[in-house]
Amino acid sequence: MCLAVPALIKSIKGQQAVADIDGVTREISLQLTPEAKVGDYVLLHTGYAISIIDAEEAEETLKLLREVAEADN
Amino acid sequence: MKYVEEYRDPELGKKLLEKIRQYSHKPIKLMEFCGGHTVAIFKYGLRQLLPPNIEMLSGPGCPVCVTAAPDLDKAIALSKIPNVIITSFGDMVRVPGSYSSLQQAKAEGSDVRIVYSTQDALAIAQENPDKAVVFIGIGFETTAPTVAASILQAEQEKLKNYYILSLHKICPPIMKAILDRGEVKINGIIYPGHVSAIIGAKPYQFIADDYHIAGAIAGFEPIDLIHAVDSLVMQIEHDHPMVENTYRRGVKDAGNIPALRLMDAVFEVGEANWRGIGMVPGSGLNVREKYAKYDAEKNFTIKTAPSKEPKGCICGAVLRGVSTPDKCKLFRKTCTPEHPVGPCMVSSEGSCATYYQYGDGDGR
Ligand code: SF4
Repeated sequence: MCLAVPALIKSIKGQQAVADIDGVTREISLQLTPEAKVGDYVLLHTGYAISIIDAEEAEETLKLLREVAEADN
Repeated sequence: MKYVEEYRDPELGKKLLEKIRQYSHKPIKLMEFCGGHTVAIFKYGLRQLLPPNIEMLSGPGCPVCVTAAPDLDKAIALSKIPNVIITSFGDMVRVPGSYSSLQQAKAEGSDVRIVYSTQDALAIAQENPDKAVVFIGIGFETTAPTVAASILQAEQEKLKNYYILSLHKICPPIMKAILDRGEVKINGIIYPGHVSAIIGAKPYQFIADDYHIAGAIAGFEPIDLIHAVDSLVMQIEHDHPMVENTYRRGVKDAGNIPALRLMDAVFEVGEANWRGIGMVPGSGLNVREKYAKYDAEKNFTIKTAPSKEPKGCICGAVLRGVSTPDKCKLFRKTCTPEHPVGPCMVSSEGSCATYYQYGDGDGR
């Protein structure tokens, strides 16, 4: 039930935003992530953005995991 | 989809699993708290891919499943009050209460509507000014702020016919309750990713400090879960339990401050009734006095008969991690997703529904 999916913010009007969720456009609420900007990816849960996805952290995590995977013992 | 595909890379997954196999020696039990994690673990067959010394258990992290029968009965009783429209997330409608379900109440004439968001419930309240619209507020810290936001919005829009039945629950106290019962010996916990997006990492710290149990906050893709298991195995092998955030793209260590503020403005912590576990102090959220006019419990007389559990259903034991769905005599026989006996078969992320769909996940 705590499912949340990445959504890309296309436009913002007040506390509402239009977002693209894997090709589907819908209106979402930014009440819980007031600092979200157009172009941000957010985690969308029951119509509300609950977190802004941190692009740098996303890269870092993958980089770290690839290093772990390739490391010699 | 961005932030999804990269975390499903099978080659990377294989290599990381190989590493885990190399350095994991101790026989350990890990619990994934969250039902969403259970589904992902089964869907990607992770239980079979992990070395045999690592055992995975499912926890009570399915909000629909942990809703206790007396609370369900309240929701059903509310639906029978004239001029009340019940709005609810889909799964909840099918869960059998002691004598009926919201779905059955609807078939008998109650106005029960499935919504995707509290935004939809607010819209229904606006369109029906002469009816009372009650939203059945279930969910953990992920969902509670969205419900709090809806109450503030109702206030802003001066809605006078919007109410919440707050059955919200919070996670760290139930983890403590399960550990204190001592029925299951757990070495590590995979913490719920989207609950953590709201509350951050700190509320779990006592589990590492006081219970010496490893912990990792995890996302929901296979690489996320392998990453979390890797972290837990490392912590356990080095005997250094902590709370590692392996879902950094979605979870800040401090959580979501605006969401926490909103939740705190509207709700106060109180006890909650968990299926299979009972009343747990400090594990629920009640609407604050300031917002009492939106609290369904304070604005309607809700009459329920003494509650009872579905006969033969061991959902409570499954939720505590002490039994598994395949041990239930009704599993796959009288209890199926089409005809669920207990809530663990209704919710798409209930353990019984997950076992039903993907097998027992333990091919070894
Ligand atoms: S299989 Fe059905 S009856 Fe058995 S524990 Fe699960 S929900 Fe309850």
